Amino acid sequence: MDWNLLITQLLNGLQLGLLLFLLASGLTLIFGIMDFINLSHGSFYMIGAYFCGSVVAKTGSFLAGILFGLVGMFAVGALVEWFIARKLYRADHLDHVLVTFGLILIFDTLVHLIWGAAGMAIPLPDVLNGQITLGSLVFPVYRTLIIVAGLLVAAILFVLVTKTRLGMLIRAGASNRTMVEALGININRLFLFVFALGAAMAGLAGMLIAPITEASIGMGNDIIIVAFVVVIVGGIGSVKGAFYAALILGLIDTMSRSYLDVVLNLAMPVTYAETAAPALSAMLIYILMAAVLAFRPQGLFPPAGMK
Amino acid sequence: MGWFPQTISGRVYAVILLILAPAPFVFEWINQPFYLDLLSRALILAIAVVSLNLILGFGGMVSLGHAAYIGIGAYSVGIPSYYDFYNGWLHLGLALSVSAAFAFVTGAISLRTKGVYFIMITMAFSQMVYFTFLSLEEYGADDGLVIYSRSEFPEWLTMDGSTSLYYWIFGLLLLSLFFVRRLVHARFGRVIVGSKFNDQRMQALGFDTYRYRLVCYVISAMMCSLAGMLLGNFTGFISPDMIGWARSGELIFMVIIGGAGTFFGPLVGTIAFVLLEEFLSLITVYWHLIFGVMLVALVLFGKGGIDGWLSLMDRKRADNG
Repeated sequence: MDWNLLITQLLNGLQLGLLLFLLASGLTLIFGIMDFINLSHGSFYMIGAYFCGSVVAKTGSFLAGILFGLVGMFAVGALVEWFIARKLYRADHLDHVLVTFGLILIFDTLVHLIWGAAGMAIPLPDVLNGQITLGSLVFPVYRTLIIVAGLLVAAILFVLVTKTRLGMLIRAGASNRTMVEALGININRLFLFVFALGAAMAGLAGMLIAPITEASIGMGNDIIIVAFVVVIVGGIGSVKGAFYAALILGLIDTMSRSYLDVVLNLAMPVTYAETAAPALSAMLIYILMAAVLAFRPQGLFPPAGMK
Repeated sequence: MGWFPQTISGRVYAVILLILAPAPFVFEWINQPFYLDLLSRALILAIAVVSLNLILGFGGMVSLGHAAYIGIGAYSVGIPSYYDFYNGWLHLGLALSVSAAFAFVTGAISLRTKGVYFIMITMAFSQMVYFTFLSLEEYGADDGLVIYSRSEFPEWLTMDGSTSLYYWIFGLLLLSLFFVRRLVHARFGRVIVGSKFNDQRMQALGFDTYRYRLVCYVISAMMCSLAGMLLGNFTGFISPDMIGWARSGELIFMVIIGGAGTFFGPLVGTIAFVLLEEFLSLITVYWHLIFGVMLVALVLFGKGGIDGWLSLMDRKRADNG
């Protein structure tokens, strides 16, 4: 067995998982606290990448791109909450799906209008372009940075949610929104903040991935579905659940893509295994979600006090 | 004119059906085959939308995965044709049986959940279908599969030629509209509609609503697979692209434009959607923007869709005497 390959794949899985967490943590809070299904959360991921790319192109500094991107996405999130989402919290879920589906169309076209149909590559500073060599293991610096940044954000969010008054309100909102309102908390401001924070984190995920894949129209539309799977598997409204589920799904997805054919080969001839493996590995996370929904609909790690 | 509907909405629908019935001859006469193609595509989608409306509009089951059944229907034509089996009954039988079986298994699991979870789990199952077809290298994977010849039926039922195919589509559309109407007015449909509004009460009345909803879901899936079978024949080309979750979103969009839980809403909604899509895309490449704004506006301000607006006009007229 090739141990270097295994470790590289584990790190790739970890990286995918952390990106998914950045998307899913905001999604799960918006879902859990406002009871709002935001299909257009993937648009924040895309817009974040374009914001960052534009700033990098102007200033040449990747760090500036990230910082401006974060502030910009916070503003975009706040605007969407203020003008659209806020009006829909009391509507039913079908309306959420429709409106946010419309928002995806709007955001995709706006990006097309502003930045054109072609994708946007984001150049990395030389420092980040190298490789880290550890014995016989070689891993790109930038991917390591994504993992470190992801863990860092997860840690900050964790402290925010578990140790601060704001986090207490957020957790309380996810468990029982009506009670929080009844206790005299300005729920509108809380919602605005959570929505904008979620948008900023989704945007950050887009900014981090864009130097590898480049920013493109519709880049968020596939990953948002996976982020929803993370939210459901982890338990709606639970940041901790989103963290574990994102890592589990990221690892499952990456590992099954590289190793499922080997595993299947134990049970069936090579030709069948090689045909079945890609299909099955793409489906695996959905199968997991269907299983969770069927047997443990509240998710694996639901927020405390949820009925 | 006692046979002609008295309400505004009824008249609009009657006129639409009267326009649709002779469409191939009219378009042939004015020599515009393109519009017949456009209309055929719209009516195929209308069958899928009628089927989605059965579970979404009447049953309150919001499925974000209905396009999967279009895919199953289309591949039921494509895969046998790939092996030179062109028998139409085989295609039809495959579409209906595979969709029924898939809907039965996935529906049995999905219907244990409610609300958001139902939306997500139906989406998950359709993504599984999507990735299955995406990974079938033998059948073209993401490049899709070309169907060289239409399904073969006896002479009097042939699908060859755009006029015959149009009447296949129109006929199946009328059948599905009629069928949904009868179904909803029957005891079965009453239970479905009842469980949408208050499932517990229906259960208290002694109905095993889970079974009713499951049967309803399977029926809807089978109807939708007919649309897929027609679509495969119509385009002569199928690809996983027709199954993605965004397609399912569009189907919901069409139901809502027309008016969910109404009999003719899905038909007008789909025609409106397809025509708008066609003409807006002629005007500007940025037509999705207009579409998106319309969708947001429709939900925020325009409750009830086209059917809702027509009924409102009817009510106003009745109020005025």
